[in-house]
Amino acid sequence: MTELIHEADLDHAHPEHEGTGVEDRKLGMWLFLSSEFLFFGALISNYLLYSQRPGFPQPYPAEIYDIPFTSVSSFVLLMSSLTMVLAHNAQTREDANGARTWLFATAALGSVFLAGQVFEFTEFIVEFDMKLSTNPAASAFYLLTGFHGTHVAIGVIMLLSLWGISRRRGGLSDRHGLNLELVGLYWHFVDIIWIVIFTVVYLLSEPPL
Amino acid sequence: MTATAERPTTTIFRRPSSTKGLWSWITTVDHKRIGIMYGYAAFTFFIIGGMEALLLRIQLSQANGEFLTAGAYNALFTMHGTTMIFLFVMPASSALMNYLLPLLIGARDVAFPRLNALSWWIFFFGGIFLYSTFIFGTSAAPVGVDGIGGIDGNLAPGGGPGSFNFLADSPDGGWFGYQPNAGPLYSPGTAMDYWALGLQIIGLASLVSSVNFLVTVLNLRAKGMRLLRMPVFAWMTTITSFLLLFSLPIIAVALFMVTFDRQFGSLFFAAQAGGDVILWQHLFWLFGHPEVYILILPAMGIVSEILPTFSRKPLFGYSAVVFAGAAIAFLGFGVWAHHMFASGITPVAQAAFGLATMTIAIPTGIKIFNWLGTMWMGRIRLSTPMLFAIGFVAMFTIGGLSGVTHAVVPSDWQQTDTYYIVAHFHYVIFGGAVFGLFGGLYYWFPKLTGRLMNERLGKVHFWLMLLGFNLTFGPMHWLGLQGMVRRTWKYAPETNLEPWNVAVTIGAFIIAFSILIFMINWFTSRRRGEVSGLDPWDARTIEWMSPNPSPEYNFAVPPVVTSLDHFWHLKYDEDAEGRAVRKEDGDEIVATIDHEQLNPASPIHLPNPSYFPFFFALGLPLMFYGVIYHKQLWGKGLIIVGLIIALAAVIGWAIEPLEEPHGDHDEEEDAIPPSPPAAVLPPSEGETESSDD
Repeated sequence: MTELIHEADLDHAHPEHEGTGVEDRKLGMWLFLSSEFLFFGALISNYLLYSQRPGFPQPYPAEIYDIPFTSVSSFVLLMSSLTMVLAHNAQTREDANGARTWLFATAALGSVFLAGQVFEFTEFIVEFDMKLSTNPAASAFYLLTGFHGTHVAIGVIMLLSLWGISRRRGGLSDRHGLNLELVGLYWHFVDIIWIVIFTVVYLLSEPPL
Repeated sequence: MTATAERPTTTIFRRPSSTKGLWSWITTVDHKRIGIMYGYAAFTFFIIGGMEALLLRIQLSQANGEFLTAGAYNALFTMHGTTMIFLFVMPASSALMNYLLPLLIGARDVAFPRLNALSWWIFFFGGIFLYSTFIFGTSAAPVGVDGIGGIDGNLAPGGGPGSFNFLADSPDGGWFGYQPNAGPLYSPGTAMDYWALGLQIIGLASLVSSVNFLVTVLNLRAKGMRLLRMPVFAWMTTITSFLLLFSLPIIAVALFMVTFDRQFGSLFFAAQAGGDVILWQHLFWLFGHPEVYILILPAMGIVSEILPTFSRKPLFGYSAVVFAGAAIAFLGFGVWAHHMFASGITPVAQAAFGLATMTIAIPTGIKIFNWLGTMWMGRIRLSTPMLFAIGFVAMFTIGGLSGVTHAVVPSDWQQTDTYYIVAHFHYVIFGGAVFGLFGGLYYWFPKLTGRLMNERLGKVHFWLMLLGFNLTFGPMHWLGLQGMVRRTWKYAPETNLEPWNVAVTIGAFIIAFSILIFMINWFTSRRRGEVSGLDPWDARTIEWMSPNPSPEYNFAVPPVVTSLDHFWHLKYDEDAEGRAVRKEDGDEIVATIDHEQLNPASPIHLPNPSYFPFFFALGLPLMFYGVIYHKQLWGKGLIIVGLIIALAAVIGWAIEPLEEPHGDHDEEEDAIPPSPPAAVLPPSEGETESSDD
């Protein structure tokens, strides 16, 4: 990587700074993600609080999970982290075509995951009649997975924007190369959160006796 | 003097280029101008919140007062608390942080100038959104709600759609929005939606600026400015930013839960369906207690700058003050349930949270003794900023001590929801944060204007405010201990509470009068105040090495810092007994710095202004209006319009280079090695920020 440039210093002679050595935007992304962990932490705790309270109207989310189905879509999402790494790797090797391909693959896998979530929600609502307003456990389930899905969707949009830029310009500049890395950080974060959700919310959660 | 604003050339829109007039303020990315806008907005909300308080005090100045109805009273205390916390103290701190942080650490601007503008505009529109409830909101409160002068306590609901029943149409669930009172069942109008979504917007603004400030502090310090050489105010800004970063997501989740309950039928806090209303209290105070330190830590930082300067001594125990600040912040996440001792949490939890709360007294005590140690044996000058700083230490200590009494659970059971609590938190927030902020305004006024505020008026302001403050909030201690409950709009004559209540109301008006004096002082001194020169206070820290008023580029020559209190050490030597002796050429040194910093050797390029932060921020409230009215078609339309505006702004932002090419400088630039492309925010940044929302 080249010399660190700060937005605040556009002067010809870039003044030296005491700093972390981490690029400003990357540091900003890390800080933002640290905040996001608490966002999802609160949502997951909220689900755990309600998921096993007895006496709610049926069904509880844990009664109707389709674990094989969600396992597949979880696998798809995890694989998208691999393709994200491959995209970043291709970018560092200055392989523009490779980076573009893997970016698109990541976005596609993310979209498959989202489609799975839409299918899952539809099934829960139509077949099992579990709505946002059925009971607090259902409310917590939809709020948590809904916000996660929103994060995935935003990630897909960012990936496709980078893909589009790369297609138009035949590759990504240094600046957008860093953007690719930032989107990658975000994308891995979204995946890690999903690992927690899938484990804690889907696999380990049981309805009350 | 300014060296920016070359004629813009590229991008879809013409790049904004005005340096004067309304558009220059709308498009500015200069941290100082943003700070000034934050400041004026915060002060405006301070006046509004203060007027709300005065109305409350008129109502309570007599037993069985009939000035306000119960509903109007509820609305006023809700908006008073919400305004003072979220729309006054936080943005006022933000104003000083914005203006000063880059100066304190020797930087040209914050790390992300456009993101900084975004924070400000989001805050601004969030405030307007919240207050628009007075026009658009409805509050179908159950009893007797019809505004000022309503005396009959009739059962008329407080205005339906289209009603302009001014006071009754505002949020009335308290600044804490306890459930289920603030839920759809008991607050069926839209007012509490305005409250929940308004706070959501304002929180997003703080989140964005906390990331920005942290990156600035971590990456943009001047050469030699190691972390433990930073001025304490820069440190407290850092710690406050961490608090915001980790507490805001929690309140964001809680407010989303409220909004979903109210708008989309979820059941998080619906007691009748098994929702847990205490969960709201946990989430709210898990944010709310760090929030208390978000309010007070910046003021502690300000005071830690003022006291050494006017005592002409280094801050006593600099690193202890810094680490005590960090300890307060850290412990602040583990004490939230002391707001809930009366809510039925288990005895073990009560004991644990009581003990945890008491431990906070330790770092706080360290700070107080360090401030006293700073003044001890100092050559003290009692200028106005110093008076406010000393006032802060004294008043905050009183508030801190009454705070410790709340940590004692049985005692807290007696005091909870009485005026004793009201007295306590006004001593820490008003006696603490607000005194500190005023001290900061007097102290750094020359940085804004190049002039000093009038000392005589400043002192009158201080003594009147100190008197009024103690007359207002001191007696509330006795009132509370006599059993006067909070949030009550009436008390019976036979309770004998009236005399002290009269005193309280008189005190409140004295405060208001002192603020008037401050305003007169501010506006006259801006034009006619004594010219300050570079170093009016014989200061210690490097923000005073930038000329007054600060030029747009802050420092023509970025300082190279060699020690804590760098500026002081340039001017002073130590004699054999360790006393500070001004160098013989001290005045020359100051004059040289002034000259150097005012005359850059070559033009300094600064980030160009941008339209996009303003428009991105404009999209948010539109979307949120849409959420409130999503059942109507036009509500859904508003969501889409807001989304389109925000998305368009993000795209424009992403493809806009931070700095325009400088056509006039071609030859000159060729002579210089080509500079790497200017860093620009990622296209996604706006989206990722808003995704938290």
